Amino acid sequence: MKYMNNYAVEFNNVSFRYHEDEPWILKDVSFKIEANKTTAIIGHNGSGKSTIAKLMNGLLLPEHGQIYIYGTRVEEESIWDIRREVGMVFQNPDNQFVGTTVKDDVAFGLENRGIPRLDMQKRIDETLKAVGMIDYLLHEPYRLSGGQKQRVAIASVMAITPSILILDEATSMLDPLGRKEILETVQHLRKKDNLSLIMISHEVNEMIKADYVIVMEDGKVSIEGTPKTIFSSEDRVKEVGLDIPLVTEFALSLKRHGMELESNPLTHEELLETLWTYHLKT
Amino acid sequence: MDISFENVDYIYQPNSPFQFQALKNLSFEIKSGEFVAIVGHTGSGKSTVIQHLNGLLRPTHGKTKIGDFTLTSDHKPKDMKSLREQVGIVFQYPEHQLFEETVEKDISFGPANFGVATEQIKERVKTSIEAVGISTDLLNRSPFELSGGQMRRVAIAGVLAVEPKVLVLDEPTAGLDPKGRKEIMNMFYRLHKEKGLTTILVTHHMEDALKFSDKVIVLEKGTKYLEGSVQEVFSNQARLNKVQLDIPEILTVVKEINNRFGLSIDYQGQSLDELAVQVSVGLKGLKKHE
Amino acid sequence: MNSAFIIGQYIPGESFIHRLDPRTKISLIFFFVIFVFFANSVLSYALLTIFSFLVALSTKIKPSFIIKGLTPVWFLIIFTFTIHLIVTQEGEVLYRILGFPIYSGALIQGFSISLRFFLLILFTSLLTLTTTPIEITDAIESLLNPLKKIRLPVHELALMMSISLRFIPTLMQETDKISKAQASRGVDFRSGSLKSRVEAVIPLLVPLFISAFKRAEELAMAMEARGYRGGEGRTKLRELKIRKLDYLAMILFSLVIAGMFLLRK
Repeated sequence: MKYMNNYAVEFNNVSFRYHEDEPWILKDVSFKIEANKTTAIIGHNGSGKSTIAKLMNGLLLPEHGQIYIYGTRVEEESIWDIRREVGMVFQNPDNQFVGTTVKDDVAFGLENRGIPRLDMQKRIDETLKAVGMIDYLLHEPYRLSGGQKQRVAIASVMAITPSILILDEATSMLDPLGRKEILETVQHLRKKDNLSLIMISHEVNEMIKADYVIVMEDGKVSIEGTPKTIFSSEDRVKEVGLDIPLVTEFALSLKRHGMELESNPLTHEELLETLWTYHLKT
Repeated sequence: MDISFENVDYIYQPNSPFQFQALKNLSFEIKSGEFVAIVGHTGSGKSTVIQHLNGLLRPTHGKTKIGDFTLTSDHKPKDMKSLREQVGIVFQYPEHQLFEETVEKDISFGPANFGVATEQIKERVKTSIEAVGISTDLLNRSPFELSGGQMRRVAIAGVLAVEPKVLVLDEPTAGLDPKGRKEIMNMFYRLHKEKGLTTILVTHHMEDALKFSDKVIVLEKGTKYLEGSVQEVFSNQARLNKVQLDIPEILTVVKEINNRFGLSIDYQGQSLDELAVQVSVGLKGLKKHE
Repeated sequence: MNSAFIIGQYIPGESFIHRLDPRTKISLIFFFVIFVFFANSVLSYALLTIFSFLVALSTKIKPSFIIKGLTPVWFLIIFTFTIHLIVTQEGEVLYRILGFPIYSGALIQGFSISLRFFLLILFTSLLTLTTTPIEITDAIESLLNPLKKIRLPVHELALMMSISLRFIPTLMQETDKISKAQASRGVDFRSGSLKSRVEAVIPLLVPLFISAFKRAEELAMAMEARGYRGGEGRTKLRELKIRKLDYLAMILFSLVIAGMFLLRK
């Protein structure tokens, strides 16, 4: 696929519904996602965020509007090329494990694309190494933890070397350790392979690390911007039913009690820094 | 109901190549009316403990006592049904157990199995569906037409309708968004207080353990790793970190501020606003001394 | 946790039999099944029996394990034998049990039919003991390949089989989970009248079906997202190869069968 422009993903006035007599799931949605960045798409359950993911690689096609991946329009004729560029990891670790063993599962996507056997072997090894699952080559899925299964799913997707990786609530069924595993894995891959990472989630801690955040509400883009700008509008975020990072909330609380802090911290370090600056000034 | 585990071992598929010891010499007590959080990683034995609480499993060695019921490897109470009536379990993703044609029938299923009179069931269905915050208009709908969050609530109502004395919650908010998570947890806490329930919450959310429980039990590899009041357990940061568990974020924040500015604010469950006042007063105090 | 038992009871190993191409194994078993019916003398039966035992031994799987695996079919074998004893009335009367005549022909026929049956079961169970389910699937796909010409969806069938294999343990775990959840809601799966027990299965089956459908739907989506578009133009990671070992097995097998024909009456 030719890269015709710099935006990894572009939505132009996209509307979608499953059926003509059903309500709209997305209404006139437009946004752009920059290449090689981490973008979080957040919103409560039923806000349309997962539909966006499925539209990005042609699992669903919009009723109105256009979607572009690096400038190529997503439509019936282009979906097989698009799916090479856009890899996707879904929510349930069990329901995306196709192979009977780890190795077979990673092979699945390669087989679909007619990759020769010898190359397959090499790519399987490489991607499993990259996600830290090379020691589990011959394991059956029921012998793996949720986090391990998701890492295999990531390897299966990465074996096809996509330029965009979408995690569609891929950590929501995992315990904190599994979640950490996955986030570390994808960040490592993002840097290594220059990926555009798109995280669909409602976990605050996954958003604050993103470069850009798009907040969805009732099928529309509600707010978008950097995490800093998003979380500075406390009321707006709460209205959408999402959490605010604890430190941000605490900083807002400190401000209400007369402390004039300079910025809205998102992390612990930033909170301590802001407090320190304030302390020195007064 | 008082609950106790006395030196409980549990071994899955003993004497087979797949033998696996899930619990090792586990002992603890839970007093009637307590809210206890059990935390630990996947595979720490949490779900095995849960299944002992209503006799789905019996100890391989040792003894469990749940109220007047005593269970050992060779003794099971005659009236298992009564035990299960008194101990309600909300399993992980409880919406997976829905099966009836209507919401009402599904909620009635438990009470009917335990022989509650039809009249009474109607009443219980109504109170429990209100408790979980779902409109009674949905009673005649198929549970499978509801949203994921609503299905979760209906499934929970099905457990509440049995009116158990002990409520066991296995990650009851897994997969919900923050708003749903808060609503459900607050609802359980309210029920716990109103009905004087004994509540056992199995969770990864240290924040919830901190906010709601009287006591925390930390499991690691089938044994008891830590046990005590919320304050006691969470003051052991080093030990918790050793098994890759975190302490609640608010405690970390307070600790970091104390360290950085040489303050000694003690976290006792105060609100963020109250903490903000303490920090602000503390910082002003520092200025005066300089 | 008990899933290892379910998956066709495959016992990992490095024996001669383990290493054969699964297609060789399946074809030889197929011929064995046919040729067993040609045996008609004591010696021809003896040869086949000895051959089967030697093959079983060469797998290096504990004989006790193989015998235990055959437990469910012992009943069938004994049943077949008994039926023959009762029904067949050939030859002379040997004994009378409770006044019931036992004919010599019945004994011989009962014995030979049961032995055939036993050998068939033993041989096929050796296949599942030494071959992973996925190898069997691959072999079936490969053997059925010519049938693609008559529009038989061979690739799809094989894929369906391998996905079913993959999901058996998952569904077992799920069954366990749901039955425990319903037991906690007061369902008694173990006692009561037949009617009430049948009814008790509904709260188990409905959720299982619903979840299986959901899984199928999500899996289909994941497969599509990974570029699955049917068997056309696909390559395969797992490769089946007929090697010297396989030719050796075929020759050996042919010799045994030839011997069996020589020893026929």
